[in-house]
Amino acid sequence: MSVPACTVPLLEVQDLSVEFRTRGGLVRAVEHVSFQVARGETVGVVGESGSGKSVTALALLRILDPSARITSGRAVFGGLDLLAASEAELALQRGREISMIFQNPRTALNPIRPVGRQIGDVLLRHANVTRADVRRRAVELLARVQIPDPERRYAAYPFELSGGMCQRVMIALALACSPALLIADEPTTGLDVTTQATIMDLIRELAGRTRMATILITHDLALAAEHADRIVVMHAGHVVESAPTAALFANPRHPYTAKLIAATPQAAGGLEELAAIPGGLPDLTGELPPCRYHARCERYAPICDGPLPRAEVLPGHVVACAKPI
Amino acid sequence: MTSATFRHVRHVVTENPVTLGAFVLFLLLLLLAVLGPALVPYDPLKTDTVNKLQPPSARHWFGTDQLGRDVLSRVVVATRLDLLIAFSAVTMSFIVGSLAGAAAGMWGGWTERVVSRVTDTIMAFPLFVLAMGIVAALGNTISNVVLATAVINLPFYARMARAEANVRREAGFVEAARLAGNGDVRVLAAHVYPNCLPPMMVQASLNLGWAMLNAAGLAFIGLGVRPPTPEWGILVAEGASFILSGEWWIALFPGLALMVAVFCFNLLGDGLRDIIDPRRRT
Amino acid sequence: MSQTGTRLEVEGLAKRFRVGAGWLHAVDDVSLEIGAGECVGLVGESGCGKSTLVRLITRLLDPSAGRIRFVGQEIGAVPAARFARAPERRLIQMVFQDPTDSLNPRFTAFDAIADPIRRLGDVAHRADIAGRVGVLADMVGLPRELLGRFPHQLSGGQKQRVGIARAIALDPRLLVLDEPTSALDVSVQAVILRLLDDLRRRLGISYLFVSHDLSVVRLLADRVLVMYLGRLVEAGPVADVFAAPRHPYTRALLASVPVPGRRRDAARLRLAGEPRSPIDPAPTVCRFFGRCPDGFERCAREMPELRPVAAGHAVACHLHG
Repeated sequence: MSVPACTVPLLEVQDLSVEFRTRGGLVRAVEHVSFQVARGETVGVVGESGSGKSVTALALLRILDPSARITSGRAVFGGLDLLAASEAELALQRGREISMIFQNPRTALNPIRPVGRQIGDVLLRHANVTRADVRRRAVELLARVQIPDPERRYAAYPFELSGGMCQRVMIALALACSPALLIADEPTTGLDVTTQATIMDLIRELAGRTRMATILITHDLALAAEHADRIVVMHAGHVVESAPTAALFANPRHPYTAKLIAATPQAAGGLEELAAIPGGLPDLTGELPPCRYHARCERYAPICDGPLPRAEVLPGHVVACAKPI
Repeated sequence: MTSATFRHVRHVVTENPVTLGAFVLFLLLLLLAVLGPALVPYDPLKTDTVNKLQPPSARHWFGTDQLGRDVLSRVVVATRLDLLIAFSAVTMSFIVGSLAGAAAGMWGGWTERVVSRVTDTIMAFPLFVLAMGIVAALGNTISNVVLATAVINLPFYARMARAEANVRREAGFVEAARLAGNGDVRVLAAHVYPNCLPPMMVQASLNLGWAMLNAAGLAFIGLGVRPPTPEWGILVAEGASFILSGEWWIALFPGLALMVAVFCFNLLGDGLRDIIDPRRRT
Repeated sequence: MSQTGTRLEVEGLAKRFRVGAGWLHAVDDVSLEIGAGECVGLVGESGCGKSTLVRLITRLLDPSAGRIRFVGQEIGAVPAARFARAPERRLIQMVFQDPTDSLNPRFTAFDAIADPIRRLGDVAHRADIAGRVGVLADMVGLPRELLGRFPHQLSGGQKQRVGIARAIALDPRLLVLDEPTSALDVSVQAVILRLLDDLRRRLGISYLFVSHDLSVVRLLADRVLVMYLGRLVEAGPVADVFAAPRHPYTRALLASVPVPGRRRDAARLRLAGEPRSPIDPAPTVCRFFGRCPDGFERCAREMPELRPVAAGHAVACHLHG
């Protein structure tokens, strides 16, 4: 078994597929995605732009674009299938049990409402806080995310705060109700590297206190490597590999994973060592072969044209490849 | 026009039924404007008091007016004048307004101050009253109607162009243009200004309808176009006094023509923008 | 092709912007040198002034003080508004960070690359623009059939190649690379970086490689400069600075870079608080004082200057000289 037998996963995603109706045709953005998140665990979902990682996250909370359709799959969270639940049931989960923070914190916050009030909104909606108490609790949360001078910052507007501070406000918003699961969609992209480090440390610290699980979505493999317990690698809407972090880096089994690791500048000794991945993402409209990486793969063989196997090569280490390394 | 441009135009026009409809209608209007006078069954100016105030019939599809003139002929012939006034006014307005606005948005400083004050002054007046004033002051001719309509429309283009240029001036490609040796004027002319055009296209075509209504309005109150010259506004004015006595057709048909033309231009706006904006090219 | 000597010499450069009642010191007393064919990295985070410094060097902006000498010519004295017509204009070019924003949406790839040739090229170049653009496209690995496309029809990597082709169109001597790969996917990054490195060696261009991503700078640059709130705090050979950073800010910067395989709970130099205000900063207080984990009383009464601590390695910090 890939999971210790005594623990039921907090979130289990099985066979999730999402497609979009566009002018150019039907885009199968996400196909047969499966992964698990255990309580208190941090799972990194890594992939390039267009790999479907954000779509997966939005699908879990059912906040996708109206032109999207979830065509298959289950996402069982605490006994509830998120993908089949009604709007009313989901509304209870969002913000209270599952929270999300987004890239570009300044645009994700309401620009014309003071940040303290925005935190207050979440508290009033989900946390049974009285109106009299809401300001105090909001200031408490601002202090918990290490915003200096929280009393004064309660009344600040997003444009008055730096990118790092806005992200802290978003974290406060997300963590206001101590959710069991936090989905962080590129939380540090666009932030300075020192700010990035402090934000990630903050998330880990807060998560540790309440045994909150985190799904960390990022294109930065090194970031995922440093903060995630397990990593799920996605390419063109497919999960190509999923393994505990150390195992993934020590023994990548999917050619794309290996290339991705080799393309990370932090790991490369010199410019010659830095790998490039030829080709680009396949066009996701229209018919696609079972393996969406085969056009870019140097290990391609006729066997790759057949159905794509998904095998657990080691405990907890799943690879979707006909010719794994 | 290169063949690629032509194909793009054709693609835009046929892709959206609304655009297609608007284009066909527009071509029809143009056709009527150009060939109208040659096609009409009756001389629009010829009076025939014996047959005055006839309702629509097989002989006179739109009926006759108080002087026995065929309403259909008058409506069709008026197309040319109305389109001419509207196009001239909007073209003048567009060119002067957008250039001034783009320069103001691009360079700021005194250019911006002057342009802003001028547009603010124009906008401080109720625009129709201003148009009336201009025509009354300069003389009751068609070219002054065109001028007046152009003047009161200036602020829209100036403001829009100024906003667009202001945004574009910080863009990377503007800096790249400077690095490539483009001087200030060339950066504005070749890089910033052409990029301001697509959003202004929609405005321009909405404006065509508006300009037409404006000219019609001025003619309605006796400024600019004088009877017996057929112009939709005058026709509506002449017919207005007969509505109560039951001769509805004299005012209705020119009014309908006006409505159809304005409607057509409004719909055309999106199509025009799609043609101009290269991002719509696939 | 090879030349010796210094190409770019910047001395005491400063740029101040009026903000309300005070002055924002975007760049303050910066001096640096770039040699022929050398790649110098400039790292710093948002608000450190590197964008302003870059615009001063490429003469898109006029300095408030200081000198800029390029191949011996005092280009700092020529106003930015008139620099488009200076003979040095074609010798200093830039590759931008955002390939989408830096290409005119109405220009095809061909037009974008041809623009500098049309404006600044000599007679020989202008006689055969199509030929020259074709050669440039080949040099940057852009398939010639893509030259007729508009930017929105090209991928991120392709757009960036267009930007590079445009920048090298007139054989510049100094190329400023403003975060050239940070907007690109990691799969394309390596290709573009290798292309840039290859072009530098082949054409003998000097690079000023600006980035907030230290791992990338490490791969390309010979020397690196670290900037904080408008001032240079450390400068030296890349290997030295990365192996043995002296300035506390450089150390914090390096410690913040996520590295696969590094133990997560290794002590990290976490920077507390927010940077000091760049508006009317006190001239005798170190800009890093307050956030610096090692600050002491001298840091509050004397601004540290860049002083050498090892061969070619200088630091502006009272802890070191």
